[in-house]
Amino acid sequence: MSDGLKTTCAGCSDVDEQELMTRLDEVLEEYKDNSGGLIPVLQIAQGLFGYLPENVLRHIATGLNKPYSEVAGVVGFYSFFSTQPRGKNVVRVCLGTACYVRGGKQVLDSLKKELGIDVGETTADKNFSLEVARCFGACGLAPAIMINDDVHQRVKPARIKQVLAPYYEKEDA
Amino acid sequence: MINLTIDNSPIEVAEGLSVLEACKQAGIKIPTLCYLEKIQAIGACRVCLVEIEGVHDLVASCVMPVSEGMKVSTNNRRVREARKVVVELLLSEHDGDCQTCDRNEDCELQNLAHDLGIKELRYEGEKALRCKDNSMVGLVRDSAKCISCRRCVTVCTAIQSVSALFPQSRGFKTTIGPAFAQNLDTVTCVQCGQCAAVCPVGAISERDQTDEVWAALDDPTKTVVVQTAPAIRAALGECFGMEPGTLVTGKMTTALRRMGFDAVFDTNFSADLTIMEEGTELLTRLKKALVDKEDVALPMFTSCSPGWIQFMEYFYPDMLPNLSTCKSPQQMMGAMVKTYYAQKLGKKPEEMFMVSVMPCTAKKFEAARAEMNSSGVQDVDVVLTTRELGKMITQAGIDFQALEDSEMDAPLGLGSGAADIFANTGGVMEAALRTAYELVTGRELPFDNLHVTPVAGLDGIKEAEITIEGTVPAWSFLEGVTAKIAVVHTLGNARKLIERIRAGEASYHFVEVMTCPGGCIGGGGQPRITTDEVRKKRIAAIYAEDEGKTLRKSHENEAVAKLYEDFLGAPLGHLSHELLHTKYTEKERV
Ligand code: SF4
Ligand code: SF4
Ligand code: FES
Repeated sequence: MSDGLKTTCAGCSDVDEQELMTRLDEVLEEYKDNSGGLIPVLQIAQGLFGYLPENVLRHIATGLNKPYSEVAGVVGFYSFFSTQPRGKNVVRVCLGTACYVRGGKQVLDSLKKELGIDVGETTADKNFSLEVARCFGACGLAPAIMINDDVHQRVKPARIKQVLAPYYEKEDA
Repeated sequence: MINLTIDNSPIEVAEGLSVLEACKQAGIKIPTLCYLEKIQAIGACRVCLVEIEGVHDLVASCVMPVSEGMKVSTNNRRVREARKVVVELLLSEHDGDCQTCDRNEDCELQNLAHDLGIKELRYEGEKALRCKDNSMVGLVRDSAKCISCRRCVTVCTAIQSVSALFPQSRGFKTTIGPAFAQNLDTVTCVQCGQCAAVCPVGAISERDQTDEVWAALDDPTKTVVVQTAPAIRAALGECFGMEPGTLVTGKMTTALRRMGFDAVFDTNFSADLTIMEEGTELLTRLKKALVDKEDVALPMFTSCSPGWIQFMEYFYPDMLPNLSTCKSPQQMMGAMVKTYYAQKLGKKPEEMFMVSVMPCTAKKFEAARAEMNSSGVQDVDVVLTTRELGKMITQAGIDFQALEDSEMDAPLGLGSGAADIFANTGGVMEAALRTAYELVTGRELPFDNLHVTPVAGLDGIKEAEITIEGTVPAWSFLEGVTAKIAVVHTLGNARKLIERIRAGEASYHFVEVMTCPGGCIGGGGQPRITTDEVRKKRIAAIYAEDEGKTLRKSHENEAVAKLYEDFLGAPLGHLSHELLHTKYTEKERV
């Protein structure tokens, strides 16, 4: 990965992390006496870090003097919050009725196997995240998946490798 | 007042009651699961359904307020059938294994299924995920048995102000537990066990150590010594169907001897010893503050309750110097058994095996603390809860109710009435005052029957002032001083009091803190389920035990005096410091 790209991936660089933590401390200082401050702080933190890693959540818990279990409970309650970093490429598998009936589930299984991750997770090299979605209007050519903004239709579980191929390390080439 | 009819009988009840409470007054028992008297009414489990005329759906009676003219039916086919379905659905998700469950025969879900006449399981649901949490010394959790009643959350949050447990995730995936459904050791938990005390099923329990004790009892190379905390004698009988508050001191002693313990000692002995040390420590601190004008930490807080100690280490580490340095009575006994008593027997500390029976799960943690090995080995080897002892007595085939009484062994089996009341909130304070006041003035504590009534009872925060007059020469610097004391139970109340002290709104010389509601008699290891009614009965039993004794003051305990004479020297002396006092460590809160 070239240096110029580092800033696109939060958490890759220690220097950036330091700066972000300083910014987070300022936010915590501002919200610490505000009893309803937890959710806004979580939103800001997710904006800063791209997701909510454990060390950030523990820091927020201490900073707002809130129990960590409660903070985690709030994070888990809203699907808006993510505790996993998103990969460079987000793969969404449609599990709407049409896609489901026509093998969306098998496509998903094949993706899980190929990427070695479960739904909601990101590969170790931070290249792919896997999510499921409701219908994105490609029912006619089900099953469909979306990778970033590209829709792939009539995906065959056996040909998942080929579908993913163009997304490997594309930017670095 | 509100007039309503319940099952066709008119009844008048106070405004603001729930239908459930009104039914209780009418002598009708509505089944409940998530409800906890005075603590939680959230309408989550729907087991308490009743029919109300004019209301289309059945309603959860625990959250339905009574209203004028209301007509309630608690027992008709529709209601019975609906409650049954609710419990069957709970059972369909509950990954129970009743025969081998820790809660077999002591499980509210099992009882409900029985009481509602459930004979077959008509639904098959997706079982909750099984995560066994073995990360704590005192407690174990099994998420597959959790029925999400949230009692533990409310107790840990509203009563203890620790909030280790919280609903995680949402919808069907909701689990009750520490952050991100991880183990308890990833968050701050003081192991008080109040969660285990209220859990209706086997999802949170104490770590079962009965096998370790049986193994020691079978080991001919070990001298196995047992101590029982004051709170056990007022509760153990409940494990055998006896009324709460039945005193079973004598039967318990007989049972322990029959199980094969080589010596049966009383934590009361070391509670008296604690008073000698802690009383002296308090007076020394007061002298430093008043005469030497030294900067000494006041108020002094009691240190018998290991959940409270951890609470301070996590939440108020800057106030650790305020904690008495005295070990708890359990640990003082452990240290004495493996030094003084072992020497008497001509044994080495490692040949002794010390078992404690405690009303507490945090005591398991306390015994395992690295500092608690002043004899050179771990001073207390295994801590059993009251419940575990009950199980062992049953396993031994002992017919508890039929046992004759017997006395504990000398020399560490003698305890005063002052030690008995260590079990109740306010008891350590009263015991300390009985000794300290007499030491300072040469006269008995001027309270009716020696009871410091202003600090007794179930109020959360209790305060009193005592003006010291007519001091003996050695303590004349205390002449005219008004000693301010406070007593709190539950960590939530402790937190409130500390915040008041820190804000300068209150100041005291001496504060007693017990982690559990009602004190040790309401401990996390006591027979379930401990309601206020049960607490009051156990408290009354403990006071009765105290009043029934001629020896009612710690400083009059001859066996303790002999221990000082033969072994320790004087309170706060060199050996005392080594064996009976301890240090605390700041811990990082998460
Ligand atoms: S042991 Fe006490 S502090 Fe720990 S989870 Fe249970 S109630 Fe909370
Ligand atoms: S662990 Fe026990 S008390 Fe807590 S929610 Fe589950 S069943 Fe209820
Ligand atoms: S007891 Fe009323 S809803 Fe659970």
